[in-house]
Amino acid sequence: MTRERLFGWGRTSPSMCEVLTPTSEAVVAQDLAEATRVIARGLGRSYGDAAQLSGGVVLNNRSLGGIGAIAGDGVLTVGAGVSIDELLTVTIPLGWFIPVTPGTRQVTIGGAIAADVHGKNHHRDGSLGDHVLEMRLVTPRGAFTVSPTKEPELFWATIGGMGLTGIVTTVTMRLLKIETDKVLVTTTRFSHLDDVMAAMIGGDDDYRYSVAWVDCMTNGNTMGRAILTRGEHATRRDVSSPSLLAPTPARLRVPFNAPSGLLNPLTIRAFNEVWFRSAPQLREGEEQSLGAFFHPLDGVSDWNRLYGRRGFVQYQFAVSDAQAECVVRAIERLSSSGVPSFLAVLKRFGPANHGLLSFPISGWTLALDLPVGPAALPEVLDDLDEMVIEAGGRVYLAKDSRLNPEAVRVMYPRLPEFLAVKNRVDPRHQLASDLARRLHLVGK
Amino acid sequence: MENAFGQPQNVVVLGGSSDIARAITKKLCTARAHTVILAGRNQQLLDEAAREALDYGASKTDTVIFDAEDVTSASKAVASAFDKAGDHVDLVIMAVGLLGHQVRDQSDVAAATRMMIINFTWPVAALTEVRNRLIAQGSGRILVMSSVGSVRVRPSAYLYGGAKAGLDRLCQAMADSLVGTGVSLQLVRPGAVRTRMTEGLAEVPFTTGVNEVAENVMKGLATGDQVIWSPPMLKYVYAILRHLPGPVWRKVMDR
Repeated sequence: MTRERLFGWGRTSPSMCEVLTPTSEAVVAQDLAEATRVIARGLGRSYGDAAQLSGGVVLNNRSLGGIGAIAGDGVLTVGAGVSIDELLTVTIPLGWFIPVTPGTRQVTIGGAIAADVHGKNHHRDGSLGDHVLEMRLVTPRGAFTVSPTKEPELFWATIGGMGLTGIVTTVTMRLLKIETDKVLVTTTRFSHLDDVMAAMIGGDDDYRYSVAWVDCMTNGNTMGRAILTRGEHATRRDVSSPSLLAPTPARLRVPFNAPSGLLNPLTIRAFNEVWFRSAPQLREGEEQSLGAFFHPLDGVSDWNRLYGRRGFVQYQFAVSDAQAECVVRAIERLSSSGVPSFLAVLKRFGPANHGLLSFPISGWTLALDLPVGPAALPEVLDDLDEMVIEAGGRVYLAKDSRLNPEAVRVMYPRLPEFLAVKNRVDPRHQLASDLARRLHLVGK
Repeated sequence: MENAFGQPQNVVVLGGSSDIARAITKKLCTARAHTVILAGRNQQLLDEAAREALDYGASKTDTVIFDAEDVTSASKAVASAFDKAGDHVDLVIMAVGLLGHQVRDQSDVAAATRMMIINFTWPVAALTEVRNRLIAQGSGRILVMSSVGSVRVRPSAYLYGGAKAGLDRLCQAMADSLVGTGVSLQLVRPGAVRTRMTEGLAEVPFTTGVNEVAENVMKGLATGDQVIWSPPMLKYVYAILRHLPGPVWRKVMDR
């Protein structure tokens, strides 16, 4: 057991926690029985306080490892502590890819399930929970094998359940067959938000992967100018020299905290200008490696340190198609308030799954990186919350570090169902995190 | 639990009926604070401040009475406040102080000693108890009301200013010692502020109202700066003032 200072990827709100690293399901059960309050933690890529517990016990899942053999139909069983990076290093050379990946490989399978992660292909393939066949879940009331047919209530409470139903130890999922380690990419530049949104509605169904980077710093004619990238896995015929190489580790690193305020409206505007202009008006059929297309940020280790000592928050919301206007108004609110966002990503979502606290709903999602510092930021985000609530949408808990408890109740109408399931397997609310306490998802 | 902007849900305010403390509490309640425990010496004023907190968004308030001249009451007052909060305490504000009357007190041994106890010793005793409890919690913030007058103490207020100077230096070092413990301490150094405490005194440059102090505090909670100056300009003003030669300093202060 080590006493560690833990925080999320945004490097805000640290807590001192006792960290244990169980090596098997039996040890997990024992640790759970001995602790008053506990939460699991993978690689700490939640942006806020989801994987920490002030004054409590944190179970580091990284020793719950093991990658099983891949069956002919792509089914494989993997330890919850295995990262997507480690998994892909094994599976890509064998011609298999993970069916859903977030923008970084540095998340554990257990963490990815707790957040029910989505990727550039949600409109086609849903979120990771949709590809999980079965998992082992250790709860205060015992260990269960859960699936859509075995204990389905508990299964769907755990998909996207932020670790609050128990500790996942192993996961069985179906992988995606690939022929090469390349993606064929079409890049298009748009000078206005309306245009890129229209293009995404019109054309996303023609591509497996689609995502847009949006500039939130401009107003008027160039408001929400964007770069849309779409792609398909390259088949052997598509490329001149086909290969199946796993992505290489990052060679660049940010070794220490940058000075506070390095990323400010001026530098961010300058970066956005260069970034936008460097994209082609239209380029088709470009070969990109899997790493470059799916995980661009993994090229620089510890990139979150660029935000300095103050850290940053991530704000990601989802609204239905009928409420697309909410996306426009959110970007308008941001650019008019002068609050700088370094990275804004716009995507379309397909239908929601049965996860009780799962984030994606059919329609649009916008994700924003916002440096802590501007005095107006807390209020602007509270205003965005109101806009999102009015539009019947929600904010992503895996990215959250500042929602208030009342908002969560409205955004996630299945919360009472979730709590009923949680109370069955965890009546004393042993499974708790700083996020759960902040959002009043657990008792005192 | 606090959020990424350092906005707390559960707050304990020691010296909760002071004008500055009330302004800060109002802003905290408008943000995320729902449980506010106010500690002080006057039940009526505390009840008034508690009602105000409820008006501004708090859902649970309570009060604790203590006597800042009795150092042995410090840890009991803190314990009682934490018990009444009944949950993880995210922020403790130390706003206990007494401006006193320099001219009347400076030749009175008992009065001078009393000023030290109220402005320095009692706060340090209370902060010791607060520190212990927050460390045990694994996280928490302390906000200590200091003063720009602590940076270079004026001759016309050396009892108040001197005690604040001691508290300010001690707290800065305590803040340094807390790095890495999950608990942080921040100092607020306001310039002259229009409050009940300063009513009737002549107004000096860079005087602000209580709301401006509260706004600077909210910003400081987000950025985590160890020292929060209010207004921020005073940091540069005092960078110069603290190095003025004695005769020049005395002339500037002799208004």
